[in-house]
Amino acid sequence: MIGVLSYLIFFMILALVFGIAVLGLNLQWGYTGLFNAGVAGFLAIGGYAMAILTGPSREAVFGGFELPFLVGLIGAMGAAGLGGIIIGLVTLRLRGEYLAVATFGIAVTIQLVCLNWEYLTGGTLGLIGIPNPTHELASAPLAQNAIFLAMVVALTALVYWGLQRIVNAPWGRVLKAIREDEIAAESLGKNPALIRLTSFVLGCMLMGLGGALYVAFIGFVSPFDFLPIITFQIWTMLIVGGSANNRGAILGAIVVWAVWTGSGYIISQIVPPEFQAQSGAMQAVLIGLILVLSLLFRPRGLIGEKLHVSRHAKL
Amino acid sequence: MTPLLVAKDIVAGYQPDLPILHGVSMEVTKGEVVTIIGPNGAGKSTLAKAIAGLVHVTSGDVWVDGTIATNVAAHQMAGAGVGFVPQTANVFTTLTIEENLVVGGAALAKPAANRQIERVFGLYPILADRRGDKAGVLSGGQRQILAIGRALLTEPKLLLLDEPTAGLSPKAAAEMFATIREIATDGSGVLMVEQNAKAALRMSDRGYVLAEGENRIDGPSSSLLDNKEIGAIFLGARPDDLLPVNQRNDP
Amino acid sequence: MILQHIADGILSGAIIALGAIGLSFSMKILRFANFSHSELLTWGAYFALIFASFTAAFGPGLGNPVGPFSFGWKFLAALVFTAIATSALALVLHELVFDRLRRTANHMTMVFASFGVALLLRHLVLLLFGGDPIYYSNALQFAVLLPGGVRVMPDQVFLLGVTIVVVVSLHLFLTRSRTGISMRAVSENPDLARVSGVNVASIVRWVWIIGASGAAVAGLMYGMTVQLRPELGFSLILPLFAAAILGGAGSLYGAVIGGLVVGLSENLSVMIIPTTYKPAVPFLLILAILYFRPQGLFGERQ
Repeated sequence: MIGVLSYLIFFMILALVFGIAVLGLNLQWGYTGLFNAGVAGFLAIGGYAMAILTGPSREAVFGGFELPFLVGLIGAMGAAGLGGIIIGLVTLRLRGEYLAVATFGIAVTIQLVCLNWEYLTGGTLGLIGIPNPTHELASAPLAQNAIFLAMVVALTALVYWGLQRIVNAPWGRVLKAIREDEIAAESLGKNPALIRLTSFVLGCMLMGLGGALYVAFIGFVSPFDFLPIITFQIWTMLIVGGSANNRGAILGAIVVWAVWTGSGYIISQIVPPEFQAQSGAMQAVLIGLILVLSLLFRPRGLIGEKLHVSRHAKL
Repeated sequence: MTPLLVAKDIVAGYQPDLPILHGVSMEVTKGEVVTIIGPNGAGKSTLAKAIAGLVHVTSGDVWVDGTIATNVAAHQMAGAGVGFVPQTANVFTTLTIEENLVVGGAALAKPAANRQIERVFGLYPILADRRGDKAGVLSGGQRQILAIGRALLTEPKLLLLDEPTAGLSPKAAAEMFATIREIATDGSGVLMVEQNAKAALRMSDRGYVLAEGENRIDGPSSSLLDNKEIGAIFLGARPDDLLPVNQRNDP
Repeated sequence: MILQHIADGILSGAIIALGAIGLSFSMKILRFANFSHSELLTWGAYFALIFASFTAAFGPGLGNPVGPFSFGWKFLAALVFTAIATSALALVLHELVFDRLRRTANHMTMVFASFGVALLLRHLVLLLFGGDPIYYSNALQFAVLLPGGVRVMPDQVFLLGVTIVVVVSLHLFLTRSRTGISMRAVSENPDLARVSGVNVASIVRWVWIIGASGAAVAGLMYGMTVQLRPELGFSLILPLFAAAILGGAGSLYGAVIGGLVVGLSENLSVMIIPTTYKPAVPFLLILAILYFRPQGLFGERQ
């Protein structure tokens, strides 16, 4: 019983950490129509910022400031937001698929930096010994994880509440207006470029928050934690849950993460250990299949945007 | 004699829930030039596109030469003898004149297409002289000739022309109308949408007046030219407004 | 040194160019950025491997080496086989996924779908062939020394010749054949092509066949001159997009010149930046092009 409970807690922590990143992507794509194909890059920025700010100091590597957890979270969001501003200024005037190509390139470049700039990132070895704040509050691992989960639930709720307020406020309606018809929005005296950038940066900050929580939870960071497949997973979570719906984004994160971990477990039971690489591939094939099948057969996701069908979401 | 084209109660539009045509009917017979006029937004171009297979018809029927042709794919309509010349972007600017004609013959077998290309070059020597030039360098009038030449490549029974004189000088427009008349004399039926209502009616046999996606008036061109109601329709009058006050349906 | 980088750049540029032609055509004619296109290169390379292992009974992998090359006549058969097999794969993807979505969804949905398809295709290769690098041939090949101290493999020179033959054939196809001319017509104005009698659906299938065949040849070339691995195509996504965007969507020569520019910049960049950052070069090129000339060198402004 304890085993199941502790696994459920572990599972929910990661699902909700991804959920926060999915909420960020939903703000960008679901509400503003910005195709960010570089989610992994912004998770990495947040994760590394957390590691540098709160991690232990070490020789020949920058950072290790041993700052408090909260400073780490804020710093991670700030770093990802700053990255979002720089990248947004360069790429946001691009439309649709060009933005996708450019942001995809960003993620590739960020990964190269993580791998190769050893002074900042520790290179392929990554950074270890990132403190988990719950370790000071409790000694039993189960209790530690329960506290961490409570914190992640609270943060998810806070983010959800904030986003709901934003998207239901006049500003959120402007977002959708820009998504639907930028020229019309502009003619109403709105500044689409600034609003698009704001939405993009807010989304990136949430991805940074997700990356930071992930790193604080597992206690280390390496370039292999933010491989391009993470981008696919986050996107699949959003598409499966339902774009332009914040509850859908969280639901999608939980469902897809359950499929991912569940299939991983089942495959590991069936496939002999010497075919490790293959079992990972099976999981990825499954995610690819889910993404394509939901687009084909359930394009609005499990719970999609409330109906005011637009040209944008031609069905 | 069966009419060449029968369009009956056509409802069509670019989006399923937003019809532009609300049940338009018309006919074209062989050798006839028929003009559609009407104010902006009347649905004239949409009607031509719906007949050509570019716009989905949600209800109503299109018959070509006695065969039902509702929602037949555009390229099959072309193969079945319906030529269509759109209003704008009516030639492939990045292709040469000869290549434009090759594309026009896509529905034909290759030897037949080659024969037809030479025939069209014979009809319009100006195209033959410049066959290697990119269509993008042609003037508006020359493009219109090329567009019609391309549509004539399949020897269409029915030619649909969307504002063939738009943007042409009065002289070029007069020449274009003469060309269109010749095409009809050679046996095709021509359905043309025109903004240039008076000039178009003068050279056509019959005319239809559309407004707000509905038929308003039709008849021989000469009668339409004298019809005082048409001016009112172009100014946006509803059908009831044209009736004497005591016969109107609602207040 | 610089001459060696230029030679290497031209050779890798040829591979990128062949892959980018299909991507460029699909951006223009199919009207979506196909992130799964690069996986067709991977599959092209592995289809040739399948061919080589099935025909192993008739001599080594790609045939008994002829002259200075690592392969023999069987190589040409492998080339044709992989082009056909990769085209078949592309047509299946078109029918099952992209064509269905094209009818019901907006074009960004097709971009997502291509993400999912890419993930599927890449990991299927990993599943079927494992992750270790594979080579078509173990035959040792000696580099030829050209004037200026440039070393090239005979295979590379041969493959450069193959690229030129493919590009010239494509040029003839696009300017002489009715299908090719119709393809250019659809590229410029699909509706006008339709009313002219062009069956756009069949042209679209031709676009997939041409793109997949180019990708297959490029993948085979990459496999011969570098190695086969499941990430072969994935590592080429940015170079291919850079070449297609640089050349301008839909332009044959744009894609070829774009490919050469990308290949040369990647190889020359190592003189200024650490080799480990080489994969970021195409990305910087993409940003520069989109900033200064979004329609590409040979593209028309939309």
